[in-house]
Amino acid sequence: MSYNWNWSIFFEPAPGGTGTYFDMLLRGLWLTIQTGVFAWIIALVLGSIIGVLRTLPSKTAYWVGFAYVEFFRNMPLLVQLFLWFFVLPELLPRSWGLWLKQMPHAPFYTAAVGIGLFMSARVAVQLAAGIASLPRGQKQAATALGLTTFQAYRYVLLPIAFRIIMPPLTSEFLNTIKNTAVAITIGLIELTGQARSMQEFSFQVFEAFTAATVMYLLINIIVVTGMRYLERSLAIPGYITGK
Amino acid sequence: MFANFDFDVIRRSLGYLFLDGMTFTLTLTALSAVGGIIFGTLIALMRLSGFRLLGRIAGLYVDFMRSLPLVLVIFWFYFLVPYVGQWVTGASRPIAVGAFTSALVTFIMFEAAYFSEIMRAGIQSISKGQPAAANALGLTYAQTMRYVVLPQAFRNMLPVLLTQTIVLFQDTSLVYVLSMPDFLGAASKVAQRDGRLVEMYLFAAVVYFTISCAASFAVRRLQARISIVR
Amino acid sequence: MKRNAMIGYTLAAALCAGPAMAQELTGTLKKIKETGAITLGFRDSSVPFSYLDDSQKPVGYAMDICYKIVDAVKKELKLDKLEVKLNPVTSSTRIPLMANGTVDLECGSTTNNAERQKQVWFTNTHFLTASRFVSKKSSKINSIEDLKGKPVVSTSGTTNIKQLTEASAARNLGINIIPAKDHAEAFLMVETDRAVAFVMDDILLASLVAGSKAPGDYVISKDAFSKPEPYGIMLRKDDQAFKKVADAATAAVYTGGEGQKIYDKWFTQKIPPKGLNLNVPIDAKLKNQFAKPSDSPDPDSYK
Repeated sequence: MSYNWNWSIFFEPAPGGTGTYFDMLLRGLWLTIQTGVFAWIIALVLGSIIGVLRTLPSKTAYWVGFAYVEFFRNMPLLVQLFLWFFVLPELLPRSWGLWLKQMPHAPFYTAAVGIGLFMSARVAVQLAAGIASLPRGQKQAATALGLTTFQAYRYVLLPIAFRIIMPPLTSEFLNTIKNTAVAITIGLIELTGQARSMQEFSFQVFEAFTAATVMYLLINIIVVTGMRYLERSLAIPGYITGK
Repeated sequence: MFANFDFDVIRRSLGYLFLDGMTFTLTLTALSAVGGIIFGTLIALMRLSGFRLLGRIAGLYVDFMRSLPLVLVIFWFYFLVPYVGQWVTGASRPIAVGAFTSALVTFIMFEAAYFSEIMRAGIQSISKGQPAAANALGLTYAQTMRYVVLPQAFRNMLPVLLTQTIVLFQDTSLVYVLSMPDFLGAASKVAQRDGRLVEMYLFAAVVYFTISCAASFAVRRLQARISIVR
Repeated sequence: MKRNAMIGYTLAAALCAGPAMAQELTGTLKKIKETGAITLGFRDSSVPFSYLDDSQKPVGYAMDICYKIVDAVKKELKLDKLEVKLNPVTSSTRIPLMANGTVDLECGSTTNNAERQKQVWFTNTHFLTASRFVSKKSSKINSIEDLKGKPVVSTSGTTNIKQLTEASAARNLGINIIPAKDHAEAFLMVETDRAVAFVMDDILLASLVAGSKAPGDYVISKDAFSKPEPYGIMLRKDDQAFKKVADAATAAVYTGGEGQKIYDKWFTQKIPPKGLNLNVPIDAKLKNQFAKPSDSPDPDSYK
């Protein structure tokens, strides 16, 4: 292969005097994790609300949940980020738009909220499926005990449903982290973005992308292991047989 | 709010947006789906083959691809495919592959990891008695797969495969990072040239939304029909 | 590849253009001969060097020069037909795509500097431009110091973003640097107030401003991040034979007066898609460069 490998490039100083190329990648990794976690919190909160709406007896609630999910699921994430980043501020009153645009770290907040909303639709679908998979008797028993709908969800249905959907939620969390890479298109310099900058500055394309790849693999391994541990420690003895 | 909008910019660029951009997107989607399903099925067969090593390799491939962001994979392949081509063909120089071919290879390799999981579930959904019966009839492994297992697995999994294809259709928009002229790329080129990004990005969103919605509605109807037949 | 060597090449190419064919072909020339095709890398929005016109076809000053090189290659290889393939590149992808054989010539606005010479080669310089920034008049930014702590955009993969990064560190400005995919996207960030300034080669800034909705709203800085640096058409490193053809072809274009004509077509006349006239007559440095073509990466060698 006619390519000059230079693995020591990571220890050479990057332009800008803020450390080596390796430091650059670590900064990217940290931003990827921050964006991913922030987006995931938004996705979990909104996704839970919408997921519950989809299982309520009310027709209106079902349709709100349905419309929400369809809206966020049927547009590419990249297009959604463009809508939030480029289009939304232009549609708002001028002073609001300007505030939004000149907010420090605008790409970070836009990415976190945009990815959070995008992923919340997926969380909602998973949760609705989880609740639907519970035996009907659960809800009936809760009602018979005199619990309100809110209490039934809070104390009976959701705790079990979340345990059931733990494995798919793990992969949705990983998807959230991976999706932060799309935000390089709105100027977020996360891990993939830093790898690309490193490639541009040092011309060592494959070293830069290899390092980023290894870091993504590490994130995956850590998250999968952590979630498995969480799954086991939350398992209800004798109820759901963990994998 | 919409007062100083110039919706005429959309009408003026319709030809470019659809004849060039959408054609690129749909061709890339269709070819990647076909290639991805074929390659994905091979991976699924490797995983279920019973040969430890083959299964391990296939499993690692799937886990590896599924750990990486598509954007990173797109960069990797655009820069790497010519060298791989050189290595495979033993040529004296990197093989020049165009932007489209490179994107196609990327999406086939990447989506195969996802399609393979679907096909694996499909193959496992066929009761064990069927391959056993085929075996008793004297069919070879290849014949069993070709005539008995895969057609049913494919049929059972068709709605899921199609849903994944809709995801793929949306994912192709990411070739934007390489300045390729797909639908979104075309829209953004017009948007930037004429300074009309609000109109163009809204229009792009509506188009993606309409196509994906219509497609997923069709898949849901198909699913209902298939489940009745079963 | 200094000037003397250059003149030598030009003479050599002129003298033995015919018999040279007897030699064994290598590198890019061999590839072009075998495949019957040459691939040009073009840019989306490097006006007027390489950009898309109304029918989304790449056009521009650098494209015209590249087609001259293509003609010379066709003649050199005695081909009846030479297919020209076009591949989009960005500032970020152009060097890897050159190295991996996806494009054979990159026709755009690529700065030729000593650092890049370690990765790729350049043919004779076709323009000289300094790195400056554009901002809105209303934001009242007059010097590089005024950018302190502000969001500033530049195109990723350019010498400009590197100079900006280095200047920000050296002068302790803590500028919030936003990388954009291409020049149009970067300018958009300033137009929509996402960034207060866009650091780029001044000629590209001038054409972006001229093509914008309200050209009067913008001002290009007096402060520069660099001396006027040379632009070159990029080609693969260590490909002597191909460079010889490209150098001879461009030298012939520049010294023969055709260079001036192509220059005028793109810089002093109306250009597509909107019929804009940039009104940038040729300056003394470039005139000298055309009289004595050189491919030097050293800004000081251009007088």
